[in-house]
Amino acid sequence: MYHNAKELLALIGDSGKSIADIVIENEMELSEMSREAVMEQLQYRYDIMYKACHDGLEKEVISISGLTGGTGKQMWDFIQTGKGLQDMTTQKGIAYALSCSEVNASMGLIVAAPTAGACGILPGTLIAVAEKLESSQEDILLALAAAAGVGQIITKNATVSGAEGGCQAECGAAASMAAAAITQLCGGTPAQCFEAAAIAMKNVMGLVCDPVAGLVEMPCTKRNASGVTNAILCCDLAMAGITSHIPFDEVVDAMFRVGKALPSTLRETALGGIAVTPTGLALKEKIFGTGGCGGNCSACGGCQ
Amino acid sequence: MNISMFDILGPVMIGPSSSHTAGAQRIGKAMYMISGKEEISSVKFYLHGSFSHTLSGHGTDRALVAGLMGMDASDERIRNSLEIAKERGIQVSFEPQDLGDVHPNTVKIIAVTKSGKEYSMIGSSVGGGEVEIVEINGTKAKSSGKYPTIIVTHIDRLGVISKISSILAHHEVNIVTMSNSREKKGSTAITMIEADHSIPAEVKEQLEELDYIKNVVIIEKFA
Ligand code: SF4
Repeated sequence: MYHNAKELLALIGDSGKSIADIVIENEMELSEMSREAVMEQLQYRYDIMYKACHDGLEKEVISISGLTGGTGKQMWDFIQTGKGLQDMTTQKGIAYALSCSEVNASMGLIVAAPTAGACGILPGTLIAVAEKLESSQEDILLALAAAAGVGQIITKNATVSGAEGGCQAECGAAASMAAAAITQLCGGTPAQCFEAAAIAMKNVMGLVCDPVAGLVEMPCTKRNASGVTNAILCCDLAMAGITSHIPFDEVVDAMFRVGKALPSTLRETALGGIAVTPTGLALKEKIFGTGGCGGNCSACGGCQ
Repeated sequence: MNISMFDILGPVMIGPSSSHTAGAQRIGKAMYMISGKEEISSVKFYLHGSFSHTLSGHGTDRALVAGLMGMDASDERIRNSLEIAKERGIQVSFEPQDLGDVHPNTVKIIAVTKSGKEYSMIGSSVGGGEVEIVEINGTKAKSSGKYPTIIVTHIDRLGVISKISSILAHHEVNIVTMSNSREKKGSTAITMIEADHSIPAEVKEQLEELDYIKNVVIIEKFA
């Protein structure tokens, strides 16, 4: 077992193993599963992620509140024009993440990674990068395992809940996980994976959670898109040999302390940030009416 | 603390919110287990805090009802659960209520089965789809749904708990956690036991034969 990156790297030592190897070994012991069973579970989850990343590309997927939707398709259509500035991998990753996030908001089937709000970042990034690298299915699943290892460490030492730590804890954690996953996929060392993860988290340190009307839609969908760019950027930095200077474990501690210092208005309560802008409040009223109950008073306590 | 990688890459769920949708489904599922999977004729949900605010916007209402009918977090029928409940003749109502000093995502459920039995339960969704059942049939409880759980309602008398644990030991049921609470000395008490592996049906029968035992419920793992 490992509690932090330092311990996980010590377990790897000079064995030549990857982060994924250690994470899978730990899982086999913890869940009393064979390696095949663990890989099967990963494949099952990957298939759901893959579908969610594609369902919103060709058709518009609209949220159950009716507030947002269709951006996955807009981005996908835009990619076809060839006018985008970022490279094809990043652009596709963004479209996948938007699709996945919209499938979530429409009450579709997703895999929380680490949460539902941030569910597009890891699969969007991973699928796009794996396409570019033409990675084997086994390597893709191992990248998912590495991402899970990073998520485990963040959960153990901090939090992945927006209500507790702000959006840095959700979309920040997801970007860290994705950065480590693709760094492993690109052939980076375990240490480089944690450098990428550390930088990704630092890039969004302090990011607040301020969902309009309290719904996982605005700004969440776009933060899934930006998480993809963040992860790919940090993978490039790490692969270039650039280091974070502040080790991953210390960055996670810092993120936790910053999260605790955030006022509750900026932690999922929809009482701060963009949620209370005039437009944010107007949108809330549009969905829920003045009290937050959609006019159906027996269904809600917003006005009491 | 060791965490499964599938808690990080998971749950596999119908969106949009792990705490307001997947967590709500699990709480509903807990009630499905507590009421012995019997057909329900009517159910009332009393919603506290942010559960009442984002109710329909996060599908909390549909997820609670889906869980109550035994559906899993990844069941695509969650989206239509309110209609399905109607077809099955289940009367469903939602009401906001201040449940006091509890987690912001908390709901109290009162369900009546077709055979006329009434069950109540309070559960909280504590983040990432994880839940905690904090009260069952009016007595304090503590269950995460991650393990098979035995809930024994009994009279608070010396030796009852040791008899319960010796029956469990006899059936090689390994205890993960055990908690006991009572309304007051000598009154009704609840002993909750989370076990490593699933609990054989004979355990229930043997526990029910003990003195001072009022009721035994076995809940399969629901999270
Ligand atoms: S803004 Fe809040 S609800 Fe939206 S993704 Fe970030 S943490 Fe989740």
